[in-house]
Amino acid sequence: MYSDISTSAVLTAAHLQRSIGLEINGVSKSFGAYTAIEHVNLEIHAGEFVSLIGHSGCGKSTLLSLIAGLELPSTGSIRLDGLEILKPSPDRAVVFQNYSLLPWLNVYQNVSEALEAARPELSALEIKARVEIFLRAVSLWAHKDKRPSELSGGMKQRVAIARAFATHPKVLLLDEPFGALDALTRGTLQDKLNEMWTGESGVETVVMVTHDIDEALYLSDRIVVMSNGPKARIQEIIDVPFSRPRPRAELTRSSEFTTLRDKLVHLLTDVLAVHA
Amino acid sequence: MNQQVSSAPLELKPVKPIKIPVFVSSLGIGALSIGLVLGVWYVARYFVGADLPTPQATAVVFWDLVKDPFRNSGPNDQGIGRLLWSSLARVSGGWLLGAIVAIPLGMLMGSIPFMQRLMNPIVQVLRPVSPLAWYPIALVALKSTPNALLFVIFITSLWSTVLNTAFGVASVPKDYKNVARVFNFTPDRYVRQVLIPFALPHILTGLRLSFGVAWMVIVAAEMLSGASGIGFFVWDSYNALSYEKVISAILVIGITGLLLDKIFEWAQKKVTYTV
Repeated sequence: MYSDISTSAVLTAAHLQRSIGLEINGVSKSFGAYTAIEHVNLEIHAGEFVSLIGHSGCGKSTLLSLIAGLELPSTGSIRLDGLEILKPSPDRAVVFQNYSLLPWLNVYQNVSEALEAARPELSALEIKARVEIFLRAVSLWAHKDKRPSELSGGMKQRVAIARAFATHPKVLLLDEPFGALDALTRGTLQDKLNEMWTGESGVETVVMVTHDIDEALYLSDRIVVMSNGPKARIQEIIDVPFSRPRPRAELTRSSEFTTLRDKLVHLLTDVLAVHA
Repeated sequence: MNQQVSSAPLELKPVKPIKIPVFVSSLGIGALSIGLVLGVWYVARYFVGADLPTPQATAVVFWDLVKDPFRNSGPNDQGIGRLLWSSLARVSGGWLLGAIVAIPLGMLMGSIPFMQRLMNPIVQVLRPVSPLAWYPIALVALKSTPNALLFVIFITSLWSTVLNTAFGVASVPKDYKNVARVFNFTPDRYVRQVLIPFALPHILTGLRLSFGVAWMVIVAAEMLSGASGIGFFVWDSYNALSYEKVISAILVIGITGLLLDKIFEWAQKKVTYTV
């Protein structure tokens, strides 16, 4: 980097024009005597899609909570565009693992309440328009008056995705968003997520926690493999160089995909073997 | 016989069950319930003797009481509807005052650990005390029987509502709290859209229990105070040696309590959500 001053200068200029992204510096998180993650350093650039992968208990969800600001690091710091993250903010919307819709509100209200709270500067008309745009984007406008209990798991997660996108966050945080869904629904929702992110939603960066290697490869620019907890660290970061858009069938048949897939399987099942 | 049966098991056709219409079976069971009560009544009468009136005599008196429930022939001869109404008004008033105090108090206890630790010992000591024990103090302090009765019902209504409200408020799941934090809910929006909707079924459970106990206590309190109302009627009838009236009053009190409880059940269904 320092050897080529001109490249460095160009990079800096480019960075000044857009957001910097997330900087995770020397972050550890302990819960009492239990240390979940230790010495995590990671930069996630604005516009990147990064997946966190690892075995259960490797602290990947903890790292996501720290980025969300729901928890604070025990040591180190996390910055978004240079500002330290000290509490949750609508800049960083979360799609929770268990959907976390409010069961007494209908689909429309679940999105509109969050939007009104996150973006108080919007007028009632703008709120209405935005809720409709994002509920239509996840094909749930026809179901807007239903309660979450009347929806399938996939539909609930679509509401949660619409809610997160509608609030116009810089960073979208996904905690095993499709883990509880059947394979067919999962594939459809991955495409929906990809479409909304690459579209004009305004979401710059996505950080997703997942167990699913194929899902990580299909969606991400980089995959962060976490070592086993306690005291989990970053084991390896794998670049996913496939250009976008990524036609799923062609991609999964390609030899590059298979090579990366094998590498990840080897990492997770041999290097980080868990003896249950 | 045995041989015949074992040689031809496959030829046994399943017996078509006789279907009894639901309303017929309900009527049958209802008749059985009444029969059970009458049976116990007669057995009791066998042991107690003629002081205990017969069901027939009681039925005649009961009909006499309820056929003109709102008659008003002087302060000592009022229709049972009027007596019931005065008890209901008293219970509702005291219960409402109790709710006004208990719901905010329960919310504070459920959301602020300090308040829980401060108030819980007080609640736990006072809760097992029969509310009637407050009557003398209330009479001295408030200097009027109706006010003292109102106070007794107020005290009665506090505990279940306080404890259930506190429990409901304290048990808001972390998931919902996280949603509120991530999307930057103001405290006001959090209370209106998360805390109250979540706690409302619990609060209503508390209000329902409180009302149920208050309805029991009012009878005793009115018997003790010699004021008006259905409890006074029970005691007055006892003094007049009209046990038919006492039993009729028990029936009226029970049916009224049941109907009130049904109203609460309906309200609870209204606010209960499915996850």
